[in-house]
Amino acid sequence: MSADAEWLDLACGVFLLAAVAVVWRRDAAANARLLAVQGVALAAIAVVLGADQHHPELYAVAAGVGVLRAVILPGILRRAVTARAEDRESRPLMNVGASLLASAVLVLLAYTAAAPMVRLENTSAARALPVGLAVVLIGLLVLVTRRKALSQIAGFLLLDNGITAIAFLAAAGVPLLVELGVSFDLLLAVLVLRVLSNRLRASFGSADLDDLRELHD
Amino acid sequence: MNTALFIAPLVAPILAAALYLGLGWRRATAHAATATAAVILADAVTLAVRVLRHGPIDAASGWLRADALTAFMLIGIGTIGLIAASAGPAYLASHGAETERSRRRYGALICLFLAAMSAGVLAGNLGLAWIAIEATTIVTAFLVGHTGSRTALEAAWKYTVVCSTGIALALLGLVMLYDAARHANLNETNALNYTALTAHAQALDPAVLRMAVAFLLLGFGAKAGLVPLHSWLPDAHSQAPAPVSALMSGVLLPVAISQILRITAIANPALGTGYSRTLLSVMGLGTLLIAALALIRQRDYKRMLAYSSMEHMGLIAIGAAIGTPLALAAILLHIAGHGLAKAVAFTSAGHILATEHTTSIDRVANLAHRRPVLGGIFAAALLALLGFPPFSLFASELALARAGFDAHLGLVIAAALLLLLVAFAAMANHGARMLLGGGESAPASGPTLSIPTRFPLITALVVLAALGITAYPISTLLTTAAGVGR
Repeated sequence: MSADAEWLDLACGVFLLAAVAVVWRRDAAANARLLAVQGVALAAIAVVLGADQHHPELYAVAAGVGVLRAVILPGILRRAVTARAEDRESRPLMNVGASLLASAVLVLLAYTAAAPMVRLENTSAARALPVGLAVVLIGLLVLVTRRKALSQIAGFLLLDNGITAIAFLAAAGVPLLVELGVSFDLLLAVLVLRVLSNRLRASFGSADLDDLRELHD
Repeated sequence: MNTALFIAPLVAPILAAALYLGLGWRRATAHAATATAAVILADAVTLAVRVLRHGPIDAASGWLRADALTAFMLIGIGTIGLIAASAGPAYLASHGAETERSRRRYGALICLFLAAMSAGVLAGNLGLAWIAIEATTIVTAFLVGHTGSRTALEAAWKYTVVCSTGIALALLGLVMLYDAARHANLNETNALNYTALTAHAQALDPAVLRMAVAFLLLGFGAKAGLVPLHSWLPDAHSQAPAPVSALMSGVLLPVAISQILRITAIANPALGTGYSRTLLSVMGLGTLLIAALALIRQRDYKRMLAYSSMEHMGLIAIGAAIGTPLALAAILLHIAGHGLAKAVAFTSAGHILATEHTTSIDRVANLAHRRPVLGGIFAAALLALLGFPPFSLFASELALARAGFDAHLGLVIAAALLLLLVAFAAMANHGARMLLGGGESAPASGPTLSIPTRFPLITALVVLAALGITAYPISTLLTTAAGVGR
């Protein structure tokens, strides 16, 4: 195993652990810090791949991804966190143990589901691909089991980080223009969610999504 | 000249949006959005003529592309855009609580919405189309929450979260498709290009392609209001301002459907028709089932129209599942008919809300007597949506059923027709209660529909009936567009 492959495995490991830690920790401030760590790991994956495949363009992408996912997006989330206790998940749909167990099952599922893509190109990068898919699935889990607006944003960010990781590991990223557009859209979507959660808090008194019960048939 | 045809529908609305941001919503700028929609429509017609004469046009080294399907969708954006934008001033005038700032924002966002949809259909590259379609979510989030009420904010939140998640899943599919394409020796710029992908579909790894197609259909299906990620639709369509609902239902859903058509055009040659047929049939029937059940117990007429959108999108998904040229031409005619009828229905529902101050079906009674013009327009739009002749939805539903039986999908079509019947009975019942049901019968006081507001609605209904009698003016475009780029 080359040194590059070891660095890649390390970065992917941190990337996955950060996602599991988001499932474990429930307050928004901790989630924002963990997402920043995950953003750094994602940028590291791009740097290692750039060195490995002699693809200098990837360094620029890594810098952009690092700034967006490790600084800007977690920053937006952190600024939304108030000292008030209401941002903590107090009545989760699933307790911590069950969520962690579910995450473990999702990781196994990701390894099975990603098999065709790993088979397509049997490099060390492709072998790490299931990690990206696992983070996507964990992001979906967080999205559907959390009740607070800010936790849902965290789930959405996990989902997007996972997809970006898959894009890097599978084919060294999508075309630069597409990557730029995707990042810009992601940034705007998170800003929109942030503004909406602020307005929800202003008019509902809290950003607890369980209070969103006015619209039904 | 060709490049100008690509630039105009993108730049005109962006300029108009800048105008609103700079000058605000005033007498002089009130109709800028309508003018923008007219520019898009004129551009689309020119594009359609050129494409039919000379074949598909590429621009910006393949990033932009116009084929018959593009021209057809762009004509839809222009037409529905005209109806919706011309209803904007009346909508803003009827809501006294609007501030200068919210009017300005409304004008700018409507124009950006038109620009994003135009970009979505003009893209020649799946990545660019994805960006444009995600942009429509971002732009419309604030339009859905425009009124700022609790219910509107709730709808906007659900809309943004569900659609962004759905479209993120489509991105995952896109990444997988890109991976498969790179391994089929397509270069970086061609690997997401529709023409290149369709041409090299056979070389794509089938196992990876299967996963990619499932995620892409799920993701773009979310934007088209298809099961399982449909939950945002009834809330968003009922809470958004009426002109926005008209645009979202009449064109945004079909723009997502057009992406689904392009994806099946890539998937079918490589995987056989069976795979996408199964997925789309399940999604279509599921959507129809949920819409039909929700229509039965509906008490809110805007939600009724929203579920009717789901009903028609479910039917269109089943048409996409059939996938034969006849079925695709039928669903395109259905998209045109549904778009026109739903634009009129939502716009007139907005006028009903403005005069009756309620969205409850039970509290609106005897509309046909009390407000004959408004009631008549609303009734005609409902009849069109129910599939009555002479309106074109009758013809397209008939053609769709025939195409289904030809393709040996009798069981799916039979189930769909049964669900349509349930939806029909429910909507006919609700509509009759609103229009004819008891209550006071004296003509209502208050403002009647002014001539400039009536005109686009009545024109749309006349066009809808004309299309039902003969699709001649657009029949060549329909059959060519049904080839999806081929």
